[in-house]
This record gives sequence, C-alpha cells and structure tokens, in this order.
Amino acid sequence: MAQHQVRYLQDGGLPVLLTTADKILQWGRSNSLWALTYGLACCAIEMMASGASRYDFDRFGTIFRASPRQADLMIVAGTLTKKHAEFIRRLYDQMAEPKWVISMGSCANTGGMFNTYATVQGVDRVIPVDIYLPGCAPRPETLQYAVMMLQKQIRRESAFQKLKPKRLV
Amino acid sequence: MKTPRREYPNRLEPFFENLVFDRDDNTMVINFGPQHPSAHGQLRLILELDGEQIVKAVPDIGYLHRGMEKMAENMIYNEFLPTTDRMDYIAATSNNYGFALAVEKLLGIEAPRRAQIIRTMLLELNRIISHLFWLATHALDVGAMSIFLYCFREREFAMDLMEDYCGARLTHSAVRIGGVPLDLPDGWIEKLAHYINKLPKDIEDYEGLLDQNRIWKMRLEDVGVIPPEMAETWGCSGPTLRGSGIPWDIRKEEPYELYDELDFDVPVTDSCDSYGRYKLYMQEMRESIKILKQLIPMYKESDPQIMAHAPQYISAPKEDIMTQNYSLMQHFVLVTQGMRPPVGEVYVATESPKGELGFYINSQGGPYPYRLKVRAPSFWHTSILQELLVGHYIADVVTIIGNLNIVFGEIDR
Ligand code: SF4
Repeated sequence: MAQHQVRYLQDGGLPVLLTTADKILQWGRSNSLWALTYGLACCAIEMMASGASRYDFDRFGTIFRASPRQADLMIVAGTLTKKHAEFIRRLYDQMAEPKWVISMGSCANTGGMFNTYATVQGVDRVIPVDIYLPGCAPRPETLQYAVMMLQKQIRRESAFQKLKPKRLV
Repeated sequence: MKTPRREYPNRLEPFFENLVFDRDDNTMVINFGPQHPSAHGQLRLILELDGEQIVKAVPDIGYLHRGMEKMAENMIYNEFLPTTDRMDYIAATSNNYGFALAVEKLLGIEAPRRAQIIRTMLLELNRIISHLFWLATHALDVGAMSIFLYCFREREFAMDLMEDYCGARLTHSAVRIGGVPLDLPDGWIEKLAHYINKLPKDIEDYEGLLDQNRIWKMRLEDVGVIPPEMAETWGCSGPTLRGSGIPWDIRKEEPYELYDELDFDVPVTDSCDSYGRYKLYMQEMRESIKILKQLIPMYKESDPQIMAHAPQYISAPKEDIMTQNYSLMQHFVLVTQGMRPPVGEVYVATESPKGELGFYINSQGGPYPYRLKVRAPSFWHTSILQELLVGHYIADVVTIIGNLNIVFGEIDR
C-alpha cells in the first residue's frame, strides 16, 4: 500500500494558537468524520473489517452511525440496483450539510462487472461523489487511505463558505 | 403540500407501495430496511404491529438483484466463475466450488486427488470464516460489541491464509473447473496447522463470554423457534435445518469430494431455537477443524498433479503451453471460444456454510450455458420469516434475522 503520511503542521491543522477559525474548524471536522453504514453488497464486508479489530477505523475518528442525521460521510459500499436507487438519494438528502460521499468498489464507481438491466452504472448518476475508490473488493487499507485523502481535501476547504453545489454525472 | 419540482430538480417523490395509511384496526405498519444496519444487506420487511407484537410480516427482496443468472447465459463457463464469488461473498470459495463441480459433472471429468484435498481445505476454511462472521454480526446485532471485535480478529488470520493462497481476501476465485490453479505455497500447511491449533481455544473464549451471559440467553432462548415440520415445509437446509433436530448434511448424505473418506460428525440439536443454533454453529467450527487436521497428512502423501487432464475442455499446464505447439493451440481455442460441454443438464448440490447450495446447468452443446439456475439456501431462509416473525416482539426481529444467517448477494443474485 502507498505510504501516506499526515503532516499536521503543513496540511493545515495543529497550530492552535496562531490559526484561523477556518482551519481549526476544518481540522476538527476532518478528524471526526462519522460515516453512515451503507453496506450494499460484498464491499460492505470489507467496510466492516476496516471498522473491526485489525484495521481499527476509530483511529481516524470515523465511527459508523446508523442514522443519516448523525452522519457526515456516506460510504457507498457495494452494488446499487435500480430498485434501491431511490432510497440512496433519499438518505443522502436526509444527511446534514456538510456531507461527503466515498464510492467504494468498482460497482459503486461504474457498475463494475454487472453491466445488466438491474444495476445502476455508477452511484454518481444518483448522488454526487467526492472520492472514487477502485477495487473489487477494495482492501480495508485502501478504504482508510480514501478517508485520509478526503480528510486532506476537507482541510483545504473553507469552513464558512456555503458548499458549492456538487455535480451529478 | 407538494413542493414545485422545478425548484428541486434532484428531489425524488416519495412513494409507498400499496400501503394504506387510513386504517380502522389498531395495528401499525412499519418499514424495516432496506438500509438497516441489522438487515444483513438489503432486506426490507413490512411489519404490522399490534403494540409491540408482530401480527404480519412481509419480506421484500430484490434490492440487490444484479441479474447474475442472465449474465451466465452470455458468458463462457470459465468467465462466469469469478461472478459466483459475488453471490455468497462471505464464503466465496464454496460458490466457486459448487459451480465448478456442476460443470465437471457435465463434462464428466474429475479433479486429481491433490486438487480435491486443496479444495476441501479451502471449503472448510471458508466455513470457519463464514461462521466466525456469522457470530460476529449476530452478536453485534444483539448488542455484544466485544464478540464482534474478537471474532474479526480470528477471522483476519483465516483471511490471511486465503490471501496467501490465492491473493484475494474476499473474492477468491480459488477453484477452477477441473482442479485448482495453484499448489499450496511453501509454509502454508504449517501456518494452517498453527491456526487450527489455536482456534479451539478462541471458540472456547467466545463460549465463555456468551454461554452463560444473561442478556445473550434472554435474547436468544425460545426466540425464533422453528419446529421440525416447519423447517421441512419451508425448504430449510444447513444449520437451520439441523437446529430443528433433523440430521441432514449433504456432505454425509451424498458425499462429494473427499468427504466420504473423512471422519467427522454432523452436530444436531433438538432445541429448535436461536440459542440451540448458536451452539450448533460453534460445534460445526470444531468439526471443520477436525476435518482440516485430517487433511494435512493426506496432502503430504498426494501426487503433485492439480488440474485434470482433459485437453478437449481444460488447458494444459503452463509448462506444456510454453513448450508444445498443440497445447498452445488448445489453450487459445479454450480461451477465445470456451469449452463446449456435451448436451445435457445437471443439478449438483453442495453443503455451503449456509445450507444446500445447488447449481442447475442446462447445456445445449454451445460454449454458453442455455440456462443456469442457482438454488441459494438463504433465499429459502428468508421466506420463512413471514411465518417465523409472527407473534414475536419487534426487538426479536434483529435476533431472528441475524440468526438465520442470510446473505443478500445470494438471495437476489
Ligand atoms: S465492487 Fe466487487 S466486491 Fe464490491 S460490491 Fe461490487 S462485486 Fe462486490
């Protein structure tokens, strides 16, 4: 796996004394990303594994919540079918701003190997996606890497600006 | 009041399927799932409650229907094998194996002995992985978080073994039609021996935490009672059937692979409830360990051939392809056009960790199956919910769903 280091001093963060409210707010946000359990298929098992003992997601401040109202991050893990597509949009709309989406696995990215009448060819047709994570099933380490990339992205953003409307594909 | 659609073009209109909300009786209709953390995938239940008691339950499936059986009709046989991984994704090898065995029956070939030993090892290892996962998620639903963490710890070690062998953690594709692709890597057997020596102690630990645990007993005992007649009429199989006191295991009844040479018991319990099934799963893991222990010496005695010899259907070993022109041509034809099994149909059932997993293949002599049907055990265990849930309390729903060990990739396919 790629070596990835979080440099709190450079990537916007730790210096509390001389910093902008922006940075400290985003630092706090990025380190307490609560994820909505959105396990749809096989990838959900790897998502659970990354929350369990060996990979331990709590180190990143990521705790899985069952309610969209308490979640900042939606990890779409698995195949989205046309029958389910309505619900994912409804749950996404129920999440409070600011919110982010990680699309985990080939199925969520593009439909993957299931190019059939029943599957949605990528969740980005229904909800806007921030990070695409390739792999069938991606390993837990890669999911954690994706969350770290997202954290980096959040630290770069401004806290008080209204989020730009995200684009659907 | 309706919001004008122009303002929110992305918002969808909610719709409710045939649900009547003006009612005169005292029951309440609630919706459970499809995105519920305890629904084990995408199960949706429409429950009618009288107070806290369920009077009617309708399972609604199809939220993970990916059209796999249709896909099979447009794929050559070897191409479809990785797709079977995604059915019961918790124990992927058992699906690969069920499919490979069905095709082998159709072709009339048999895997060499070493391949059979390796396959049986992988199957039993997958059974352990699946049962550990079952205990982990079931305990999590019932409220025992620590069991979840412990089970995943041991499960990761088994996954490491699988990864050492085939390179994948979840979607293995570790079985091929006619054998296995690779021999076991160096040192694998020792790692396996180490793992299965350690595992019984861990199982004891789980039992120490759960067996006499008051909450665990209160939530499992006499919950989800499946009488033997009910289990039979609804077509249950696997641990769900054996938990109702019916000793039926396809490994014993119609032995495939090496199971007639191996010495193992089929645990059965008469208690019919969730607690009895929990004990049964623990016992089954011990039996799997017993089988694995017997396989290690058998592996050491076997010949190194791992793929069946049938040039018409199966590519030659790599060395032959690299050195012999005829093998290379065969290989080319098999890869580009696929094997053409004889005309006929087969149904082969195997005992997957969840029950009877059957593959039906109808071949018209072409490179694609004319029809492929999967008999997935979880599908039958989901249909039992409409009878089983009635009369239980709403809090028992998650216990029962968790206890039946259903996996949605397999139900909806
Ligand atoms: S990407 Fe692969 S592992 Fe993930 S849900 Fe799709 S088929 Fe399953």
